Amino acid sequence: MVENTIHATQAIVTLDVPIQGIVWGSIITVNMWAKSIGTGVVFLAAYLLYRHKKESMPNLRWIMPVIAFIALNVFLFFTLIDLHQPYRMIHIYTHPHWTSSITVGAWLASLFLGLVTVLLLIGVADAFPTLGGKNCKMSALARKNSAVYEKIMPFLVFLAIPVTTYTAIIMAQSSARELWQAPAEVMQMLWAAFMAGSAALILVSGSWSKEARKDLAFVLTIAVFFSFAMYMSEYFFSFKSSEAEATLAFVHAGGAYNVEFWTGMTLGFIIPFFLGLSSIKSDNITLLRLAAILALVGLFLVKDVWLKIPQMLPLS
Amino acid sequence: MKLGFLVDLSLCMGCKGCEIACKVENEVPLSSWRLRVKYIDIGVFPETKRSFTPLRCNHCESAPCERICPVSALHYLENGIVNIDSSRCIGCAGCMMACPYGAIYMDPETNTADKCTYCAHRIESGMMPACVVVCPVEANIFGDIEDDNSHISRYIMEHKGAVQVRKPEKHTSPTHFYVGGGNQTLNPLAHQRLEGFSLFNNITHLEHVGDQHHSILDRFLAPFAGHAKLNNDNFTAMQENVETHSKEGGH
Repeated sequence: MVENTIHATQAIVTLDVPIQGIVWGSIITVNMWAKSIGTGVVFLAAYLLYRHKKESMPNLRWIMPVIAFIALNVFLFFTLIDLHQPYRMIHIYTHPHWTSSITVGAWLASLFLGLVTVLLLIGVADAFPTLGGKNCKMSALARKNSAVYEKIMPFLVFLAIPVTTYTAIIMAQSSARELWQAPAEVMQMLWAAFMAGSAALILVSGSWSKEARKDLAFVLTIAVFFSFAMYMSEYFFSFKSSEAEATLAFVHAGGAYNVEFWTGMTLGFIIPFFLGLSSIKSDNITLLRLAAILALVGLFLVKDVWLKIPQMLPLS
Repeated sequence: MKLGFLVDLSLCMGCKGCEIACKVENEVPLSSWRLRVKYIDIGVFPETKRSFTPLRCNHCESAPCERICPVSALHYLENGIVNIDSSRCIGCAGCMMACPYGAIYMDPETNTADKCTYCAHRIESGMMPACVVVCPVEANIFGDIEDDNSHISRYIMEHKGAVQVRKPEKHTSPTHFYVGGGNQTLNPLAHQRLEGFSLFNNITHLEHVGDQHHSILDRFLAPFAGHAKLNNDNFTAMQENVETHSKEGGH
């Protein structure tokens, strides 16, 4: 244990310069959270379209790309404002460095957003034929190519996998932060996408069939359960390096991050699990919506803690 | 040619001459350091000793900062130096997340990442890094580690078994070596860094990244409107909350 090491060495810093505090803060948390929603709704829409008839989810074809489009733009906007030189973001496209997962992720996310935009145009044009007036060429073009929607969908689902998991690779490349080096991060990103995607679709599923909503409740319940189990495993098991152990002490030892972490766990994982479970049995849309909102709030809080605590540790 | 650095900690007397020389040579802004000397007190009174550890970029052969940089602002020079092109840097701070040694900072004047370059501009002119020149006890040894006859290579050979690098478990292959150091001095988890007033100064951490007056809006407006020039007041006005870390459950 770290404490024992310090105790044994009896060494204490008596003169030093200030070291960096939190570099990637809540802006990056919003970035990850919004990306989970943007990719999650794609996964869930594909699952629901496979399992149910389109008629049982009348607005899914246009609402899914609308949610994904908004969430992905929030994700990209928060990526941009976190840069200290935002106008130079163009360098990622003009001077790409392909060993960097930031570069690869930015390119994949841009392509993903492009495809989502196409689905958005087709989905909205089909659902609202009068939108933009009778002479709107874009609406007409979108309606004319309506079949493209179903052709793009499989590629979009496939692309959503690296788009949602590349942040875990950025974390893996952030080799100074031991807590993020766990292979479990990739699975955490996927569970977060299932959680956020099902929660976002639950909020717009008022007119859907009971069976479709039951499926959403099932995915939400499973996602919060496994995500919770993985967090707890990382939290309690001592397979980690001394640096990761020292990082988790910021939660173990009490204080602000302890409160934020357990609030997030309770709101976002424990309560939605039971609410989701009850909604699988009885179709209570109000409780299910509450579970969805709590899951989104809790996910944000937990991701925020997991992002910040490794940055509190002195590196040198 | 592969340039490397070696610090003999048994010679270092903590004068901080190297720290100052680096600041002056590279015009490193206030609140930022490319090279710093850390004092660590070891033992229990009366059996105590004080160690001095100069800390700078390790110019790793497998540099995580170079790998994660999305625009190749961090890049290798032919002599092994990990250099940085601040005109290309987008300020994403990925390198700050990747560097296991905390050697990279966000320059508060340019709002781009920066770090020790082994004084690449001086090397190009055939000069030694400023910190090497100024060291009164020649604790800083610099040279070509691929040349068996260079001072640094001979020093490494003479001290075989006692030469260390920081965090070898990270597999970054640093070209920066230490002689005469121990776990207490080179491992940041093996000594306590208590925030607050210590023997010499108020040990704290920065509450801002880059320019503290460079808000999100300023980041977009600064290229057109410019932003306030930094002066000493910007930094002396900083109020460190020494209790912050303990409130947050820190060590």
